[in-house]
Amino acid sequence: MTPTQEAVERGTVDLSALDRSWAPPQGLLGWFRQVNHQNIGKRYIVTAFIFFILGGIEALLMRLQLAQPQNRLLNPDLYNQIFTTHGSTMMFLFAVPVMEGMGVYLVPMMVGTRNVAFPRLNAFGYYMYLFGGLFLYAGVFLHIGPDAGWFAYTPLSGPLYDPGKRTDFWAQMITFTEMSALVVAVELIVTIMKMRAPGMSLNRIPMFVWAMFIQSFMVMFAMPAVMACSGMLLFDRSVGTHFFNPAEGGDPMLWQHIFWFFGHPEVYIIFVPALGMISHIVETFSRRPILGYTALVLSQIATGFIGFGLWVHHMFATGLPQLGESFFTAASMMIAIPTGVQIFCWIATIWTGRPTLKIPLLYIAGFIAIFVIGGLSGVMIASVPLDLQVHDTFFIVAHFHYVLIGGAVVPLLGGIYFWFPKMTGRMMNDAVGTLSFWLTFIGFNITFFPMHILGLHGMPRRVYTYLPQTGWGDLNLLATCGAFILAIGFIVFVLNALSASQNGPAAGSNPWGSSNIEWSTPSPPPHYNFANIPVIRGREPMWTDPEPPVVTGLDDSRREVLVTNTLDAEPEHRYILPGPTIWPFLLAVTTTIGFIGTVFQMWWGVWGAALSFIPLVGWFWPRERPRPDLLESGCGSGGIE
Amino acid sequence: MKWFAGAQSVLDPAGPQAGRIHGLFEVFLWVAIIVWVLTVGAMLIAFWKKHGGERHDDTTKRVVTACGVITVAVLLALLVASAVTGSAFATVPSNNVMNIEIRGHQWWWEVHYPDYIPHERVTTANEIHIPVGRPVRFKLTSDDVIHSFWAPNLSGKLDLFPNRVNEAWFEADRPGMWRGQCAEFCGLQHANMAFWVIAEPPDKFNEWIENQRKPGVMPSTPDQAHGQEVFLNGPCVVCHTIRGTNALASVGPDLTHLASRHTIAAGTLALDRGNLAGWVTDAQRIKPGNRMPPVNVPSKDLEPLLAYLESLK
Amino acid sequence: MKHVAAGLCVCAALLLVTGCKREQRQLRAEPAERATFAAAPESPIVPGGKVPVKVEVRNPYEGDAYAIAEGEKLFSSYNCGTCHAAHGGGGMGPPLTSKNLTYGSEPENIFDTIQKGRPKGMPAWGGRLPEYQIWQLVAYVRSLSGQEPMSATPGRSDDIEYKTKAQLK
Repeated sequence: MTPTQEAVERGTVDLSALDRSWAPPQGLLGWFRQVNHQNIGKRYIVTAFIFFILGGIEALLMRLQLAQPQNRLLNPDLYNQIFTTHGSTMMFLFAVPVMEGMGVYLVPMMVGTRNVAFPRLNAFGYYMYLFGGLFLYAGVFLHIGPDAGWFAYTPLSGPLYDPGKRTDFWAQMITFTEMSALVVAVELIVTIMKMRAPGMSLNRIPMFVWAMFIQSFMVMFAMPAVMACSGMLLFDRSVGTHFFNPAEGGDPMLWQHIFWFFGHPEVYIIFVPALGMISHIVETFSRRPILGYTALVLSQIATGFIGFGLWVHHMFATGLPQLGESFFTAASMMIAIPTGVQIFCWIATIWTGRPTLKIPLLYIAGFIAIFVIGGLSGVMIASVPLDLQVHDTFFIVAHFHYVLIGGAVVPLLGGIYFWFPKMTGRMMNDAVGTLSFWLTFIGFNITFFPMHILGLHGMPRRVYTYLPQTGWGDLNLLATCGAFILAIGFIVFVLNALSASQNGPAAGSNPWGSSNIEWSTPSPPPHYNFANIPVIRGREPMWTDPEPPVVTGLDDSRREVLVTNTLDAEPEHRYILPGPTIWPFLLAVTTTIGFIGTVFQMWWGVWGAALSFIPLVGWFWPRERPRPDLLESGCGSGGIE
Repeated sequence: MKWFAGAQSVLDPAGPQAGRIHGLFEVFLWVAIIVWVLTVGAMLIAFWKKHGGERHDDTTKRVVTACGVITVAVLLALLVASAVTGSAFATVPSNNVMNIEIRGHQWWWEVHYPDYIPHERVTTANEIHIPVGRPVRFKLTSDDVIHSFWAPNLSGKLDLFPNRVNEAWFEADRPGMWRGQCAEFCGLQHANMAFWVIAEPPDKFNEWIENQRKPGVMPSTPDQAHGQEVFLNGPCVVCHTIRGTNALASVGPDLTHLASRHTIAAGTLALDRGNLAGWVTDAQRIKPGNRMPPVNVPSKDLEPLLAYLESLK
Repeated sequence: MKHVAAGLCVCAALLLVTGCKREQRQLRAEPAERATFAAAPESPIVPGGKVPVKVEVRNPYEGDAYAIAEGEKLFSSYNCGTCHAAHGGGGMGPPLTSKNLTYGSEPENIFDTIQKGRPKGMPAWGGRLPEYQIWQLVAYVRSLSGQEPMSATPGRSDDIEYKTKAQLK
């Protein structure tokens, strides 16, 4: 008998009441009112993959243009817009949001609660992300696509060298997406700190939750930097400030410092959640507890800290003093240590376990083979003299695709394969999965490995063409062929997921025999995640403690959750989460009006703020009074975020 | 112009600066190969070895710790190697150094050979002649956006900023021609912002610089004279300089000794009459977005103009 | 799921609608041609009874941010600032920040001024500059007096130098 059935029989849970109070609203209007983390998380993931496809199409266009020397497929203006949009899409509209989406979907389930801490804020964050992405692409289709690179170095992105609204669109898109990332970070941190199931003390937190926790803190510290600098750039361009204007004592170097203070942690913001996914996959398919849990957690925390200390390695060629550069060389090499330790731990887990090479684990094997190359080329470019040669060449393009695709996208695909049964209740097709893995793996290496060689042979990045005499044509053609194989691999994956979500074989609640509590609830999970919140008594509850005691006494007739303390997750009080509401959507609309308006006229900042006042009033309108009986027992905390 | 494989390559160093980096690169490369083979090998064995039996997690943890310690040691060694190379790389030789000033423009390179005596100063574009065996110090600055000066066969890159002067140096240890290219994205024609470094024996270099100091050659045939007239009365004079004539503008490259160069259009086209004609009449087709406007020269004037330009040795 | 699909369709449709209107940078202008209009009248007052038919002349770069920025670069490249001061504030030559220029402020007037020159110092640039560059300069000059749409003109220029009164002395 499952714990749920048992709970129903014992009368500690009223399933129909739970279902009524947690069911998301239906209909078109209902779609805009949903605040459940499962809905919002899935939206993040689906939207991010749509942007991933758009970014992929841009990548293919670039590869076609570079397939032969002096190709005239794209003119330089279009090429610059495409490579800028590709980079910005992949970083801001795919990689970060898709990880946030996985976090929003999985974290509440993994820590054993019913929703994220601030459900309405969560919905607001999603709409901001969606509108930001649509805004950027509206610009692209109007030929106002940004063309100064995803790094938008001043003065090239300044008013004289990048006239029109192109860079303004880019900078404002950053404001949108970073706002959404910050929102998710805040609510994940609070969810993880305060809403874990009883007994889930710090040393029992699942690895992915740790990863999202660390990532969220990184977001909190890194994203304000990029919002600040893109805001300063907007001001420079629209109201005549001189932050980056050399003629007036501003400094283009300032832009690089602030941008990379965000830009480097950004890489780890994408990478750390993937590390968390890997631990779960390795553990599940090695059929043993992960080896070196503490070492893995500490390594991730170390990555989070060191990640903020090496931004200058993007600027070695700017002519900074040598001593300063040496510090950043040391820091950049140091970050290889925690990453190395994690890889050793995973290999040791596989070594000492009883591995079954299911597809998610296959992805992890692919990850190690690819990512180690990226990590080692990263050690190379941490060295100042080597970086001076390969900086801004195709060697770097190869390096960071090895790190980001190898280190984040490949584990992400593995992770999606792994959690797909939980999200949809259906299994993906293994034969097709194997095919898509090998297409991706082979295509990836054919695309990006030759780029190392191209870079060493002197091919700079961000060039729209090259001369036939350079001899770069053959390897570029090879890379283009690889890119198409890679694209087919991704398409096969997406088709597999789409068809499995409709007709895949049904998955039980725990198809992989995994260890964590999100696998204790049916697949797909009910709106309330768990009929009864389990009590956690070990690090691998599904293996060591399949029938745990459960929490009782939560009011099923409203959205009540349990708040526990930070260290040991001891119950503190009950908390009522808000239900469906339209206000987050309306607030996102008014904020969007303000943001888009300010691109053209700064006064729109004021109009937008004034407009936003209305939905904010609605949002904060007091609606729930504490029940007298709860007041008496001292448990009547309010329901306002 | 002679092109050969490796004219713009990190792997074929032609001077001590690039040589140092190349040596360091080989060290890093071999370490990387070994580490990768070991890691992926361990992973494959982990999959394929016979599993089961008793588990000794403590032993395993010791092995993992040992691997971590080895990682730290290897990284430390690499760090020291990098620091030693970096320090040698940054030390500018103190004697017998020649100075060259480079000014980056969208999308070409202005090259100055400074001198205390004004008429001994030389200005050229997109081609840097240097004497073999003599260290050259470059002062780099930019006229507009950030560019990056990079001739991989000779040294690593250094950025050109509009508001500061960066200094780099290198030396060629054998005569030859190497290509360099802007490495920092700088707008529409970033891809075609190249230059050539030409290292020559000292006597040949001196010969070259003596010639560069002279004003532009006066036309010697009626055809060339007509061409000069076209040049001076047409749009060309608004942007270009030919020393010794009334053309004194500095918007585009100095053309005083145009015909002594190997390439035009910032290292993009070989200098011959066909390319020159194409460039003069429709530069926007060759490098869309660059600053050279299409020039509407009547056909009776074009040949003389080209003849004049080709006479500017 | 259906709603998601519907939402996606709406978004895609919106994107397609935006795709209808395109604003492209013209990198390869046609080679210069002779000016296509006769001398433009600088004032509506004409001597005699016959009012000449006004030729409608439109600057092809009206409202084009790229062209205005190009014009700004040309303005400094061609040393226009030597007389008109950097950014057209006026010096030896008249300021260009006024909406009432001496010889007319319509695009065709400014074109004429640049191309044919004006008495007391303004040189004729016709034959030196291709026509499209003159139009770019016209667009820039008009932007100085706020006659170009704000969406096309930057809030400031990258090399502007404000001087305090003390510095000017």
